[in-house]
Order: sequence, then structure tokens, then C-alpha cells
Amino acid sequence: MAAMELTPILTVAAKEFRDRMRNRWVLAVALVFTVFSLVIAYFGGAQQGQVGFRSIEFTIASLVSLVIYLIPLIALLLGFDAIVGERERGSLDLLLALPITRLELLLGKYLGLAAALALSTVAGFGLVAVLLWRHMSAGALFHYGGFMLSSVLLGLAFLSLAVLISVLARERTRASGLAIATWFFFVLVFDLLLLGLLVTTGGQFAGDAFAWLLLLNPADVFRILNVFSLEDVRTLYGLASVVPASLGNPLTMGGVMAAWIVLPLVLAQWRFKP
Amino acid sequence: MASISPASEQMAISLRGVHKHFGALHAVDGVDLDIPPGELFGLIGHNGAGKSTLFKMMLGLLAPTAGSILVAGTPVGGRHFRAARRQLGYLPENVVLYDNLDGLETLHFFARLKGAPLQDCPAMLEKVGLAHAGKRPVREYSKGMRQRLGFAQALLGKPRVLFLDEPTNGLDPQAIRDFYATLRDLQAGGVTVIITSHILAELQERVDRLAILASGQVQAVGSVQELRERTGLPLIVEVDMAPEDCHEALHALLAATGAKPAQTPTGLQLQCARTHKMAVLAALAPLGARVRDLRLQEPSLEDMFFGLSA
Repeated sequence: MAAMELTPILTVAAKEFRDRMRNRWVLAVALVFTVFSLVIAYFGGAQQGQVGFRSIEFTIASLVSLVIYLIPLIALLLGFDAIVGERERGSLDLLLALPITRLELLLGKYLGLAAALALSTVAGFGLVAVLLWRHMSAGALFHYGGFMLSSVLLGLAFLSLAVLISVLARERTRASGLAIATWFFFVLVFDLLLLGLLVTTGGQFAGDAFAWLLLLNPADVFRILNVFSLEDVRTLYGLASVVPASLGNPLTMGGVMAAWIVLPLVLAQWRFKP
Repeated sequence: MASISPASEQMAISLRGVHKHFGALHAVDGVDLDIPPGELFGLIGHNGAGKSTLFKMMLGLLAPTAGSILVAGTPVGGRHFRAARRQLGYLPENVVLYDNLDGLETLHFFARLKGAPLQDCPAMLEKVGLAHAGKRPVREYSKGMRQRLGFAQALLGKPRVLFLDEPTNGLDPQAIRDFYATLRDLQAGGVTVIITSHILAELQERVDRLAILASGQVQAVGSVQELRERTGLPLIVEVDMAPEDCHEALHALLAATGAKPAQTPTGLQLQCARTHKMAVLAALAPLGARVRDLRLQEPSLEDMFFGLSA
């Protein structure tokens, strides 16, 4: 095995990133985040008969439930094409016949797409922070920063899954189907399944280990990372609020998220054949 | 690993006992091949004959199940793969390059990956006749232009060995001429070229040697002339003459070659051994100007291909 080199990784990453800047993908996604966030910040309380900005905690809690749908979808759509697209247009063999290892190609693809996704997330939600500046105390700003960081991590985790899908699928159409199925499973089905098991077993299912099962879903890890102690917003977090305090440590959760970023990439590298 | 003789190290490509099995399928089944530097070498075979598998193994994309492959004296895989790959240029069949890059950006991308100087890229575009289109996005390129851009990409980094899979696909006759002229320049500089094409007539005139592949094995290897001698396919002689002269010519040809010519609307047609060429000429010489025209048709690569790969 040859030692890893930086130039091939950065060359591929720069191309992927520039592609997403040039076709305005980054701009479009950033704008979607900004517009949705502002709507939520000002009209999120409309169901309770309130219109206008309420509190940063409430805004973040609402944003979390938005982001949990949106970011996994965006990340999966961004990444499912990464390898299988090259395979289908016949350029994968060409790339792999160059002085670049499969790992370098995979990392280059991932880093370039990750930079595009992270930039649009930070720019989109960053703009919201600027616009809501006067409502934010130092503590609120800290929480909002945490929310932005965890949003980036959530995106990176699903991007990693997308690249794994892209390596496993032999055709683009199959990869896109798998990407949508992955989104359905983690975002819609997983929590319902756990909740269903919990209810049918009268709360006995898995006992104390139950909370640990939430770690099997990066979307739930993201929720846990953003849970506040404030009672009035806890109900917004669903299952994530059952997590014991020991698990709620942001560093532990950050570590779990990092595992969700690294493991699919390791699997992808293992399964990556020309 | 098969033992490697000093001779195989001086070869541009050297294959020894190369096998590739996919489960029960023996895609490549014991191939030995030596290609010296500076040769234009053709690789032909039906679809599924093992051509692309062999190509992929020579490029280091697939590891052989057994046997050894040296390209420019070094193994293509393993620890020194980067040095080995820098010696290679590759144009895959029907490759689609990146639509949203322009021609020059495409070459920059590949130059960076190959470790080739970026300032070589404009000259490379010029070499393949795309200097005017360097700033246009590839999505606006015609099929021929894309193919030429792919060729330019393969030439980056001054490779010692070029692998070209159906490189003239989509090129017009002028572009095909220019393409082979470029190959001849490269050959003169010692570059080895391995080329595949389904257009056998095109290869026949241009390759130094070629190998015919069938069922994962090399059925024949040599120059077109050597293959002609080996296959023993007949020479076809067509003589144009007036009907009243045919009788005399027929007897002279039969006596000289032992093969009986057939009468055609324009004269005679004879199929005989290639070694009888001079005998045919000698038999026809006494007829002088009564022979209006004479055509000697050597067996084509296509004839030999179907003879050897069936």
C-alpha cells in the first residue's frame, strides 16, 4: 500500500467544491436554510396563536425539527452520485489509472462535497444569526453556535452514508433509490419503530439500554446534542428527551457523531472496487 | 510470481502467464506477451474476448489471479504504483469527461493528478486541434471533440506507454489521420502505444504488430504480414480482359498455380497460395496489353481475424 499523498486529495476536493459553487448549489441551499429559519423564527409559534420572535431557545428547538428533515435529504442527494456517477460515465477507470489511490479519491470526493455542504449550512444559518443579532444574549449565541456546529456534523454524517451508497450501488438510479430509502429509514421510520416497540412492550423494551439505541441514528444524536433543559421546549425533542444526562454530554455525542462520519467512509473504502 | 528474465525488463510491456478468473469465468486464461518500446501494438478480439480485462490488468486496475505484469520494467501495483502510473497514459472507451469544466480546466485537473506541469496544457490542446475550444465548457463539445480532449488528457505528463481503447470512435477521417500522425511522432520518441479498435481495416495499415484475443487467450501475435503467412489464407487475383482472351489466360494460370480460375463478367478471378504471386505474373506476362488491369488482393486483417478467432 502506497503512503497517502495530499495533492491528489486536494485536487479532487477542489474540483468537487468548485462544481458546487459554480452551479450555485451552495448558494441555493444556503438561501433555503436562511428563508426557512426566518419563517420558523417569526411564525413558529403561530399554532399557539403567537406571531413574531419568541425566544432563541424556542427558535432553535423549531429549527432542529426542520434541520432533521432537510439536512439528511440534502446531504444524501449531494453525495449519492459521487462514485457511481464516475462509474457510469466511464471516468472511474480513468481516475483510478492515475497516480491516485482509491482512498485518496474517496477522501477527495468526500472533503470537496463536505466543504460545499458545510459552507452552505454555516452561511445559511449564519445569516440568520446576523439578522437575529439583537435578540441574542451571549448564552443564546453560544447555543446557536452549537446548533450550527451540530447541523454541520449531521450533514457530514449523512454525506458519509451517501458516499457509502455511491460505492455500493452499481447504477445511478439504484443509488438514488437507496439514498431516498436511507432518508426514510433514519428520519421517518427509526423513531416510530422504537416508539412502537416501547409502547407495545409497556415501556419494558430494552430497559435502560433503550436510550443507547438512539445512538444508532445520527438524526437522533443530532437531537440529543440540541436538547435544552428548559421544560417548555423539551416536548419538541420527542424521544431525545428520554436520554439520561450521562449520555447528553456534548463531547460524548460529538464523538458518536464523529463515528457516524468515519465508519461509513471506512466501509466505503473497504467495498470500493474499480 | 513467474520469474522475470532480464529481457522482459527492457520491454515496455511484459506479461507472463497472466490469468484472471471471476469465479468460474476465465476472462484471461494464460497470456504471455512482450511489447518492445516504441511499438504501435494492436489488441483485437470480439466483445468478451478478454480485451478490457487485459487492459485493466495492464493499467493496474485489476490484480491478476496469477502471473506477472511489468509496465516499463516495474510492476503496476504495489508500493511503487505512483511512479509506474506516471509512465502511463490511458484513454478509456466512450469516456464522458466533466461537462461543467472547460477544455483547459479538464486538462489542468488531470495534469494536477498526474503531477504534470500545468503550463503544458495549452500546447496539448493545440496538439489535438482544440486550441480554439479551450475556454468552452465540455458540455458544448461534439463527440469528436470530446474524444480528442480525452486523447490530450492521455498525453499529459509525457507517458512512456499509452493505452488507447477505441480512440478513433467519433473522429472524422481527417481527425483519424491527424491522430495516427501524432501517434507516429510519439513512437519516434520511443513511446509505446497499445490500441484497440473494432475497425480492423484502420488498424491493418497502421500497427507494427497485433494480437488476436479469443476466449481469454492470445490466438496469434505478429505483424499483419506475419499473420498472413501463418494463416495461409489465399491470395485473390482479379484479371480484367476481353472474353476471347480468357481461355488462354485460364490455362496459363492453371498450369502456373495449380488452381483453376473462375470466369467473371470482367475477366478472371483466381484464388491461389500467396507464394504463387510471381508465377501468376509470369503466366500473364505473355498476354501483354491484352491484360487490361490486374489486382492482387492480400487477405485482410478482417479475414484473418475471423479465421483465427472463430
